[in-house]
Amino acid sequence: MNKYMIYLNGKRCIGCHACEVHCKANKNLPVGPYLCEIDHSAMVTVKSVAKTEFKFRSCYHCEDPFCMHICPTNAISKREDGIVFIDQEKCIGCMACAGSCPWTIPQFNPETKKAVKCDYCMDRVDTGLKPACVTKCTTHALKFVRMEEL
Amino acid sequence: MKKSVYSICGMCTVRCPIRVEVEDNKATWIEGNQHLLKGALCAKGAAAAALVADRERPQQPLLRDGSRGSGKWKKVSWPTALDYIADKLKKIKAEHGPESVVLSSRGGPWQDMYKSFIHAFGSPNYTNHDVTCGRNTHHASLSINGVGRKDFAYDIKNAKHLILFGRNMFSSLRIAENLQTLDMLDNGGHLTYVDVRQTITGLKATRFMQVRPGTDYALALGMIHEIIKREVYDKKFIEKYVSGFEDLCRFIEPYTAAWAAKECGVREKAIKNFVDEIAEEMPKVIFHPGWNLSRYGDSFYASRALHILNILMGNIEQKGGLIIPKGPGDCGHKGLRNINIPKPDIKRADGVGWKYPHFDKGPGLAHLFFETMETADPYPLKAWIAMRHDPFSCLPDPRKQMEYFDHLELLVSIDTHYSEFGWYSDVILPECTFLERDSIIITQKGPKPRFAVRRKALEAENDTKASWEIFKGLADRLGMEDYFPYNTMEEYWQWQLEPTGYTIEDFDEKGFIELADSPVMFDPENLDDRFKTPSGKVEIISEKLTCAGLPSLKEYQSPIQPPRGMFRLVYGRSAVHAHGHTTNNPLLNELVPRNTLWINTKAAERLGISHGDLVDVISEDESYSGTVPANVVDYIHPEAVYTLHGFGKEIPLQTRTFNSGISDQKLMVGKLNDWDKAGGGINLCQSFVTVVKSVKNPQRRVEL
Repeated sequence: MNKYMIYLNGKRCIGCHACEVHCKANKNLPVGPYLCEIDHSAMVTVKSVAKTEFKFRSCYHCEDPFCMHICPTNAISKREDGIVFIDQEKCIGCMACAGSCPWTIPQFNPETKKAVKCDYCMDRVDTGLKPACVTKCTTHALKFVRMEEL
Repeated sequence: MKKSVYSICGMCTVRCPIRVEVEDNKATWIEGNQHLLKGALCAKGAAAAALVADRERPQQPLLRDGSRGSGKWKKVSWPTALDYIADKLKKIKAEHGPESVVLSSRGGPWQDMYKSFIHAFGSPNYTNHDVTCGRNTHHASLSINGVGRKDFAYDIKNAKHLILFGRNMFSSLRIAENLQTLDMLDNGGHLTYVDVRQTITGLKATRFMQVRPGTDYALALGMIHEIIKREVYDKKFIEKYVSGFEDLCRFIEPYTAAWAAKECGVREKAIKNFVDEIAEEMPKVIFHPGWNLSRYGDSFYASRALHILNILMGNIEQKGGLIIPKGPGDCGHKGLRNINIPKPDIKRADGVGWKYPHFDKGPGLAHLFFETMETADPYPLKAWIAMRHDPFSCLPDPRKQMEYFDHLELLVSIDTHYSEFGWYSDVILPECTFLERDSIIITQKGPKPRFAVRRKALEAENDTKASWEIFKGLADRLGMEDYFPYNTMEEYWQWQLEPTGYTIEDFDEKGFIELADSPVMFDPENLDDRFKTPSGKVEIISEKLTCAGLPSLKEYQSPIQPPRGMFRLVYGRSAVHAHGHTTNNPLLNELVPRNTLWINTKAAERLGISHGDLVDVISEDESYSGTVPANVVDYIHPEAVYTLHGFGKEIPLQTRTFNSGISDQKLMVGKLNDWDKAGGGINLCQSFVTVVKSVKNPQRRVEL
């Protein structure tokens, strides 16, 4: 059972893409891979105001992740709290994981030549902190939700 | 070794408070100060470490080694570069007098040091970028309230309605202000947004009015009319504090809501509904008087009208209104010491104070130096030092500016990155990044005033220096060491803090020193000495303007329509970039690598342009053009095209942005002299451009 999820309050999101850069800065990623993204739909008119909807996407941390099963070096595992992560030591950068993922979530890091993906910043989570994107969201629109709280 | 440092961000000029975690001289974590922003930080702040690591910025002083703009540079040491500048300045001073040197900066809380430097040198000619930013708003506020635009803080959080005229706040990103606005909306508040196009700010609005470009003033007049007609204003406040209200009533007579609706292209009902709403909400209604309101010939008067609307709401020193910022003295504290060398008693070369007595003498008006460069009247100008200011990116028509600057013997650029002006200058003095430098302690006035300080989180890994070291180095060489009697920032901080009783260690806990526990408010029933006008009242009719032969209430003139086949060029910014400062940052460039041209769907259809097509954007005189993809959208007025400012840069060493996108200021050919004689700001939205589908669109291609 997944313990965590990231929720976006679309009313507060201003589509500034800071979450994407906070993530990259925290994971020390070069130009190229991005582990979360803000997406906005085309504008529609609501009561004479043109509106758009913001969506946030990172990894879905599937119950039964395809990426984990396909990984030839068993570099991908799912923790008890649901976080799916890649062991950088074991990863050989074959990117089979990206191919197996319906959303092509795992990304190739051209500097380390390995696969990277969102792990909810588990090193931070394990010390009681929140993922980088949530902690520093410009408008506090992102929330890190612990499922049992619901 | 790990450490945590509180500091102030420098990716843009909002200067948000931050906390930086450092390990082995690398910034591993940067967040908004938890005590003030609860961690919030924008993409630019997040990309600060990428700025530090970026090698596409000057790494050591550079001396020009070819003709101006040729891009040939000689790498030199700091002593060599500073000696070179000091020798030149001494020679210029001896031959032409100290007043022939101009120093411009980006403005802001640290400008005391640069201003003092040029004053100590003997020149009155300090200026900043404000003619391309808030000068009209500032002068508008002075003419009505007797105090400047920064002498009001907006209590948006407690407001019920915020009205923004073209103030695209969710792209400009003053995080604290944004959080307040979203909190206000969460609490059921209203946001009315007026612009020629739909923006992120408009998306969050509860009412969006898309107006014809250049008609902001008309809409504000229509609102004033409707408010006065329906007597939805604070009569007590007007009676007590305002002079000239009868003149306003007479003047506003013809500018009905119906008239304004027609002129602006909005529905009359929208204006009436709006007034219905604010009638219930006042005085907790804030009309933002504009920020970068240097756009049209009547922007100054538009800002005056917005100030007048605030007055009608009676929102001054009211919760949810405009709050007079408090300083240390207002909460029983002593203020900081600051280096502040008075201006020499010499006429300014831009004419401010003598030729133009109605303008604020502080930083003068930067664009008025150009003519003096050519005419040498009242005296010749020989050198320009640009401190973190890029005239070629701020002001229109850089090519014309180059002709003017060619009259000068010395051009110096002090900046963290290569600026377009820097590339043309004679010497580039590279400032270290904000993470690598200490700055003087500043006072942040507000309902809860603070002292704040930027402190070095990292040691610079290249041969760059902090601005205080640069000015100190120049001052020592120019025999001005007595004016800058410190050797380290610690010494300077100590001297600054001495009267306050605080020490620099007091900043360790939170990164700032709070001078009041709760907001300090004046009695709204007793604001008598708060308006610094000649009469001490809020003045609808300003004597200063009358004396300058300018009307206080100016008749509205409809903006001219773009010539057939042309569009009015409007510009703006995004949440990702701080204009040209960040366009070459690897992580930000990845998100927005170039700008596009926004064009109305129907207008594009007539030109056979589809979304994504490459279009050529051509200046009015056809001397500059650029090619960018068209962003075809419904929500932009058909008379206007829009582009993001900060692109079209031509600095080869910035490989990521070299020649990418178009530059709005380069399209503004011949517009350097198009400025507001009443407000002092440059009219940056008075250029017309031609747009054609580019022949560069891929049609047929062979591979040989």
